[in-house]
Amino acid sequence: MASKVLHAIYRDDDLLLQAVKQIREARYHIGEIYCPFPVHGLDKAMGLAPTRLAITSFLYGLVGLSVAIAMMNFIMIEDWPQDIGGKPSFSFFQNMPAFVPIMFELTVFFAAHLMVITFYMRSRLWPFKSAENPDVRTTDDVFLMEVDAANHNIDDLTDFLYKTGASEIKLIE
Amino acid sequence: MYTLSSKLKLTAIIFMVVGAIGLIYGFIAAPDTVEEVKEMMASEHHGEGHAADDAAEIHVEQLPGETVEVEDVQGYESEVAHTEGEQHAEAGHGEEASHENEHYEHILHQLQNKPWAALYVAAFFFFMISLGVLAFYAIQYAAQAGWSPVLFRVMEAITAYLLPGGIIVFVLLVLSGLHLNHLFVWMDPEVVAHDEIIQAKTAYLNVPFFLIRAAIYLGGWAFFRHLLRKNSIKMDDATDLTYFKKNFKLAAGFLVFFIVTESMMSWDWIMSLDPHWFSTLFGWFVFASLFVSGITTIAIMSIYLKKRGYLEFVNDSHIHDLAKFMFGISIFWTYLWFSQFMLIWYSNIPEEVVYFIQRMEDYPILFFGMLVTNFIFPVLLLMNSDYKRVNWFVIMTGIVILIGHYLNVYVLVMPATVGESWFIGIPEISAVLLFAGLFTFIVFNSLTKAPLLVKGNPFIKESKHYHY
Repeated sequence: MASKVLHAIYRDDDLLLQAVKQIREARYHIGEIYCPFPVHGLDKAMGLAPTRLAITSFLYGLVGLSVAIAMMNFIMIEDWPQDIGGKPSFSFFQNMPAFVPIMFELTVFFAAHLMVITFYMRSRLWPFKSAENPDVRTTDDVFLMEVDAANHNIDDLTDFLYKTGASEIKLIE
Repeated sequence: MYTLSSKLKLTAIIFMVVGAIGLIYGFIAAPDTVEEVKEMMASEHHGEGHAADDAAEIHVEQLPGETVEVEDVQGYESEVAHTEGEQHAEAGHGEEASHENEHYEHILHQLQNKPWAALYVAAFFFFMISLGVLAFYAIQYAAQAGWSPVLFRVMEAITAYLLPGGIIVFVLLVLSGLHLNHLFVWMDPEVVAHDEIIQAKTAYLNVPFFLIRAAIYLGGWAFFRHLLRKNSIKMDDATDLTYFKKNFKLAAGFLVFFIVTESMMSWDWIMSLDPHWFSTLFGWFVFASLFVSGITTIAIMSIYLKKRGYLEFVNDSHIHDLAKFMFGISIFWTYLWFSQFMLIWYSNIPEEVVYFIQRMEDYPILFFGMLVTNFIFPVLLLMNSDYKRVNWFVIMTGIVILIGHYLNVYVLVMPATVGESWFIGIPEISAVLLFAGLFTFIVFNSLTKAPLLVKGNPFIKESKHYHY
């Protein structure tokens, strides 16, 4: 049997932020919050862990740089070191300035694209994915908070949520 | 109000005195005659393999039929190969003895230039910091930035060095114009008489016009700085936005004036040291250097004053923003450095590439070491968002950036003035000490002249509560 949750709807982001603080102080558990737009400071109020996406991006950038260096070192220096317009192809470093634009671009390319793909995978986004929106209005003008009912008294919790400024509360089983 | 601590004052004065003594020593120790050079080199020879024996020789081959003149590129012993028709004849080396004497004379000039160049590099470096800060300050006004007004007084204090520092640079330029030194080779009429390339440039590169231009740049910058500061002080008691609007317009006007004069200043004061060479993005390159040095100085000073308890409204977010600028403009500097280097390296046109060949052969550690201090170090240390809020991290990176940009100016100036005879010794360090002391004294003295928090700026409230 699925656990019970309460869907509380707020009409204002300031109200929502305040409610989040009160609910966390009262030690209720917030499952999810659906917003039509990013609410500044919501993640901090909810106590969400900071994202590590930037770290992955840095690592992907290093991968891109390595790919660029390995590729050009093999092609231009090791495999077929031709004299092309007098460029010194005796060693990688002698000809490095000519490779820098590619090294830079591949670093950016890997860092950007792999990070985006990581983002899609971590947030489970892809074409033809069915939307998980509990209420269509949350993409327009209302904020919806999902609070775990768990072992709490439903009436007490409902009362509490009303006091935090929720305009609608629905019990989902 | 800020009160100048006697400790800081004393430190600044000690720096100035020590620097001045070291510089005087540098001028005295510079050789006067060829004989002294020979002696010095004989005593030095067992130490490092001095560049004397392997003075770089370049042989330029010209197309048949072209007239070729024998020229003495600064810092170089260049022998131009004469070509007549198909015959390639090496330029006559002349008698060995006279050639050798010529060589020692060449070294003599370089060694005589050394204390002057050291003075010039340090004078310009500290001057460019205050100029960079003025540009940053004007941008903050013109962009109506909401985060920075709490730092305005720090910026204004740093720009207080603009006028005295500018006058010192100007005096050095006048002394060069009076032939007291050989920093600018095009100022030597004898050189110009035998140099068609410089002759063709005398319409621009002549001493009176050069000094008039310098006076215009310096006068203009000091004028704008004076007005901006005056309005800023008046704004403290203002009841309306009149002075803010005035400063906004002044800042916009200054930025237009600045970008033109800064570019010309870099041709005049730095690029003309190598009058045979030119680069189109040189002005931007010097700008990036002075801009990042200026921002770094703002950050270091803000952290210092905050630690002392003078800037209560400056929080980590302000430091974070400054660190972001340090990070971004460091990359911008590298971008320009590399763009200039790579375009010339790639096309490898002899008339352009000598500039970099000389730097790579005679200054390899500095020339490439700059990339470490000015690029790799800030990129790795300031990339992380948390690190930008760690004050000692910002200070440490800032010091490395400042050293790196001093070396940048050093590598811009020295190859043309002292060539392969460079060394970071007593005159160089003394000159830095002298100007560091002077800079500290003037800047911190200026801080005592006005409250550390501006009033009447419409963005001050936003700035106080700025949070990133």
